[in-house]
Amino acid sequence: MFPIVEAKPLAAAVKQFKIAAPEIAKKRKPGQFIVLRINEEGERIPLTMADADPEAGTITLIFQELGKSTEQLGKLKAGDMISDLIGPLGVPTHIEKFGTVVCVGGGIGIAPVYPIAKAMREAGNTVLSIIGARTKNLLILEEEMAKVSHSLKVSTDDGSYGYHGFVSDILQNVIDEGTTINLVVAIGPVPMMRVICNVTRNQKIKTVVSLNPIMVDATGMCGACRVTVGGRTRFVCVDGPEFDGHEVNFVELVKRQRAYLDQEKLSLETFRHQGGACLGGKS
Amino acid sequence: MTETTEKKKRTQIPRQKMPEQDPKVRAKNFDEVPFGYTPELAKLEASRCLQCKKPTCIEGCPVSIDIPAFLDLILQGDFLGAARKLKEMNSLPAVCGRVCPQEDQCEKVCILGKKGEPVAIGRLERFAADYEMAHGEFIMPPKAPPTGKNVAVVGAGPAGLTLAGDLIKKGHQVTIFEALHKTGGVLVYGIPEFRLPKAIVQAEVDYLEKTGVEVRTNMVIGKIYTVDELMANGYNAVFLGTGAGLPTFMNIPGENFNGVYSANEYLTRSNLMKAYLFPRYDTPIAKGKKVAVLGGGNVAMDSARTALRLGADDVYIVYRRSKKELPARIEEVHHAEEEGVQFHFLTLPVEILGNEDGWVCGMKCQRMELGEPDESGRRRPIPVPGSEFTLEVDMVVVAIGTGANPLVPSTTPDLQTNKWGYIVADPETGTTSKKGVYAGGDIVTGSATVILAMGAGRKAAEAIHKYLTE
Repeated sequence: MFPIVEAKPLAAAVKQFKIAAPEIAKKRKPGQFIVLRINEEGERIPLTMADADPEAGTITLIFQELGKSTEQLGKLKAGDMISDLIGPLGVPTHIEKFGTVVCVGGGIGIAPVYPIAKAMREAGNTVLSIIGARTKNLLILEEEMAKVSHSLKVSTDDGSYGYHGFVSDILQNVIDEGTTINLVVAIGPVPMMRVICNVTRNQKIKTVVSLNPIMVDATGMCGACRVTVGGRTRFVCVDGPEFDGHEVNFVELVKRQRAYLDQEKLSLETFRHQGGACLGGKS
Repeated sequence: MTETTEKKKRTQIPRQKMPEQDPKVRAKNFDEVPFGYTPELAKLEASRCLQCKKPTCIEGCPVSIDIPAFLDLILQGDFLGAARKLKEMNSLPAVCGRVCPQEDQCEKVCILGKKGEPVAIGRLERFAADYEMAHGEFIMPPKAPPTGKNVAVVGAGPAGLTLAGDLIKKGHQVTIFEALHKTGGVLVYGIPEFRLPKAIVQAEVDYLEKTGVEVRTNMVIGKIYTVDELMANGYNAVFLGTGAGLPTFMNIPGENFNGVYSANEYLTRSNLMKAYLFPRYDTPIAKGKKVAVLGGGNVAMDSARTALRLGADDVYIVYRRSKKELPARIEEVHHAEEEGVQFHFLTLPVEILGNEDGWVCGMKCQRMELGEPDESGRRRPIPVPGSEFTLEVDMVVVAIGTGANPLVPSTTPDLQTNKWGYIVADPETGTTSKKGVYAGGDIVTGSATVILAMGAGRKAAEAIHKYLTE
């Protein structure tokens, strides 16, 4: 069992948890993720680690309540226990001195971008960050990102804060201004990553994206998370989660992510119907 | 009565059938198919054993169970004694009694089988183990004094569990590291509830824990700790029993459409994650109406029978050779047929078709004929020109085998692997190229049976014990 040490809201339907997992906290590197299972009936859900504190023995998870499992997770408080936590999983982000690195985070994708931006800066890169959300109250980690970036630009889709538009528009502007970019790291919703890759493709700017397809075991055993990269089938859980964005088949990825929409809806409705009170309950 | 007439009388008793669920009923539930012997049936079946002076059955058993002895104890009505006799050599009798291919092992060489039917050793093994589980008390097996040595076991499948059970009895401290949240390996994620109830596996693991084996779930070795780190952390020896978990696909167009599962994913969702109880359990699973399962082994049979139970109207086994070459156990094929699984033999899938939303809507196949035997000794399938046809399906499960998971070898640079990624280890001792590191089971041999993995665990336990004490 893994105790939740701290649980706080970050934005609308976005929570930040610190969970005691000393062994994982010591090992975790930027780009890596964990799989958790809330309780006996729970599914195995992958979440990227936004941070870790090896001394305190905690890892930081930031998640958006989107379906049953995340909503149920969001109802937990400090002191509650999570049944299973597996990690660190996935290949860590390749960190080296590239020169100028643009870190792009969209919505909840800002959470996994944050440790990467931090590590890129520590490796001596000039870090230009662009973060965005649909609307102001969904924007997270602005202060933290500002601290680790040489410059930070912010956008909202509805114009309620920062630049009115998309993170891809800002990136386009940065490119148009003639800034030399050695690497772009983009994490966010699939459509966002796809557009970012379209922006950088013409300029031949290497672009790394972090994918979050449906997973089950997340150790290379089931193949649920397969994605076509450069015409080859890869498993995101062990080969990724990061890939060359110019090679990813995003169309297929979107379709695969939607595979269980009906069941996910049913699951969430059932959960809400029971007042969200079936935590750890046995029927 | 002379001994000869007594023996003759015994040989006239027919092999006792095990009562089982009606095929029509069981095809719609996940309850175990056979009910098991009653004590009366068990005694009657055990009485068929001739107590041969040179029992060939023991040689047929990869873990050398004293079969005549446990059968005799059943005959005497000492069912607990029979179970303990089994446990001398086999730490998982309730599992082996259910999933061992007995027809190719102990029962194959039973002298009764020469003229009639062999003693149902597997069914009796299951009976004794189940009886002990229901009626027995835990008795600590005899243990050697502590040696002060620590052994790390990677993987809580049949190989690792057997090895752990052996080494703890020899006085070593044993810790099992399991990547999943549950122990049992393929026994819990792969083999369905209707063939091997999970409670049975859990009971066997509980027994091991009571004997002092430490079990740590949620530990992906290769990630949280490398093998070198385990050794630096005070483990004197490491056993790798990580299995062959990497799914293989056909590499035909359309395999990434929704509704195409690897058998591993399909069975893991259903068995380990209990997707058949969705939405009570949170993991969903697609419920195809017309399901094609590609392959002809036990895993294919398990997948096909699971699909039926999840509500499919038509389930097809699509296999490129003929019925004669099916690698699955005869009993499993028979069970699948009884339940209504349909077989497309001499059929090779060439493309999976999908609709606009990315879901499977059909599968292009080609008819095959059998040519000369290939290196596996089975006749090689050859495509029949112009025989392409489309099978109407909305789900496909690919059950054509698995490969070696690279997680541990890729993080253990001085561990020798072969060209398929399997760990190179001495088949008699499990010794690898790395000092203090042993391996056994599917990660060495490729996908095989539960009992062979257990046999490998047993041999490696001997070797590790020697290594630690000499």
